Amino acid sequence: MTDSDASDPRPRDKAANSGPAIEVEGLKVHFRTSAGLVRAVDGVDLAVQNGAFHGIVGESGCGKTTLARAIVGLQSATAGHVRILGRDRADWQRANRKGFARSVQFIFQDPLGSMSRRQSVLQTLEEPLRIHGIGNAAARRRKVGELLDLVSLPASVLDRLPRSLSGGQRQRVSIARALALDPRVLLCDEPLSALDVSVRAQIVNLFARLQDQLGLTIVIVAHDLAIVREVCSAVTVMYLGRVAEEGAARPFFADPTHPYSQALLSAVPSPDPRVEATRVPVLLEGDPPSPLNPPAGCRFSTRCPVVIEACRVTEPQLRAVQHGGRSACHLADTSGHPIL
Amino acid sequence: MSEPVYAVEDLVIDLYTPSVSVRAVDRVSFAINAGETLAVVGESGSGKTVMTLGPLGLMPEGVTIDLRGSARAAGKDLVKMSPKKLSSLRGGQFGVIFQDPMSALNPMLKIGPQLAEQARRFAGLSPAAARAAAVSLLARTGIPDPEDRYDRYPHELSGGMLQRAMIALALAARPRVLIADEPTTALDATVQAQILALLRQIQNEDGIAVALITHDIGAVSVLADRVIVLYAGRIAEEGSAIDVLTSPVHPYTRGLLASVPDFRSDTASGTREIPGLPPDQTRVLPGCRFADRCPQAEASCRTKRPVLTCVGGNEVPHRAACPIVIRDEGLADND
Repeated sequence: MTDSDASDPRPRDKAANSGPAIEVEGLKVHFRTSAGLVRAVDGVDLAVQNGAFHGIVGESGCGKTTLARAIVGLQSATAGHVRILGRDRADWQRANRKGFARSVQFIFQDPLGSMSRRQSVLQTLEEPLRIHGIGNAAARRRKVGELLDLVSLPASVLDRLPRSLSGGQRQRVSIARALALDPRVLLCDEPLSALDVSVRAQIVNLFARLQDQLGLTIVIVAHDLAIVREVCSAVTVMYLGRVAEEGAARPFFADPTHPYSQALLSAVPSPDPRVEATRVPVLLEGDPPSPLNPPAGCRFSTRCPVVIEACRVTEPQLRAVQHGGRSACHLADTSGHPIL
Repeated sequence: MSEPVYAVEDLVIDLYTPSVSVRAVDRVSFAINAGETLAVVGESGSGKTVMTLGPLGLMPEGVTIDLRGSARAAGKDLVKMSPKKLSSLRGGQFGVIFQDPMSALNPMLKIGPQLAEQARRFAGLSPAAARAAAVSLLARTGIPDPEDRYDRYPHELSGGMLQRAMIALALAARPRVLIADEPTTALDATVQAQILALLRQIQNEDGIAVALITHDIGAVSVLADRVIVLYAGRIAEEGSAIDVLTSPVHPYTRGLLASVPDFRSDTASGTREIPGLPPDQTRVLPGCRFADRCPQAEASCRTKRPVLTCVGGNEVPHRAACPIVIRDEGLADND
């Protein structure tokens, strides 16, 4: 095996390997369509720290899924660089595709679509082990048992086909499969959105436990800010292909500075009707604009309740703000600091 | 109180598909009054949609239903009605909005004429009056430049605008009941907030009765006066929104609410989970359907079906189907 770090015992201690697990620089993903050039991801810088549980949040069309796919090379980038675990991702994949797959795994939004309909759970979980030549039949069987335990599935599911499983069980199988090769980095595209509320909480807890037990770096793409707030240690808010704001979760949620982050938080209703009886949520006008022709200046300027003239002219760049993260709003931390 | 605008009693609905039969709704009663919003809350497969739309003859394709019990609207018995009569009563009395606007709007026709047709057919307006009503509905549902949008096709509108057009369409016949089936589920957070605000506004202005079918507790909290919590085809708990959402009694309701994050509260953790999965509804077992997942289940729960029992509530009785919690916490309310 030429790939040294893939065969090394994995550092389980989060502190043992600090620094970014994922570094994204100037990433652009543009699609040519019959309607024109879609700038799905349009210049994103992102750092995901080792051992972080990092949430990427935004609405449809903001580019969050495309970004995640481009990070792992499922989507080719128009421009920019991605480094994972200190190595250039494109070089790594070219030189040692299997080694890369052992370190970095991706979980799709629709578990059913990512599994073979004719393969039992046992076959689904054994497949990566077989492909990577890990262990003999007995050892693989043992590993499958461990994986089931890890995601709290009973051994009785092993003979079943994906179709006969519930949504939550399927998502557990796809998580178990992603963990089969003991990866260090896990990216998940909306792993919760197809699930019912009570099952969603089960899967959220599962992610939190795995992250804690295995010291994984987890990136989760979500549109549900409330869930991200519950479990993530860091947050990136995207709007129309760009990062609007980012930071460590606790200080960010205590004091979001970008009006879009504030509106996104405000849009989540309280489950307490007494709170809702008096609360006036921030209502943005209209839908997000099309990534076919993003507005000039700040991309949020067409819907921003506190927009000033400069916003329509100059696109704000990410800069450090008080909560310790960065915000792409001209007004953040100024005398005109937005408070929605 | 006047007669409810829509009421069902002792409703049982069995669903048949080519491969399975399921007891989707198992002896459920509810009533919606003019001017109130009733939320029917439950997870996938709980029977919330079937219970609300089934008696109106609205079922997914490929599913046959066997419906027993009574269902009444506009002083008529819906169960015995011919499909044709039911369809005409539904068109005039009920407006329905779905998760996907394109399941309600015809993609081949312009938006405005679709609304005007509804208004003409069911509200009995002249063509000119129907056109004016359609434009004003588009305006009322927050669609900018309604005169222009009147002549647009559905594909020319953005997602949020389509959602609004569908709501306008549902209101075009001036129905007495608006049924909203997961109206916000597929929407982005900021658009969701807009649509909830719009529904709240319609409800305040029209005094229309609203049935909100959802699994989104946030939407319930914003809109509902009363709540029914459905679990595996049965009512677990019902009462005013405040009683049910802030003082839940049934272990399922408690579990469901504990799994909803509330970042405005310092105490709620929001990631507590209900272990296990909903039961297999192809078999009807005697006891409480939640027993297998319930932390408080006792032997009797598996043999005897719990009945809805009053545990309080002011004008709206708060009732729960859990004798164990009611006994242990001394909640029985006999007056």
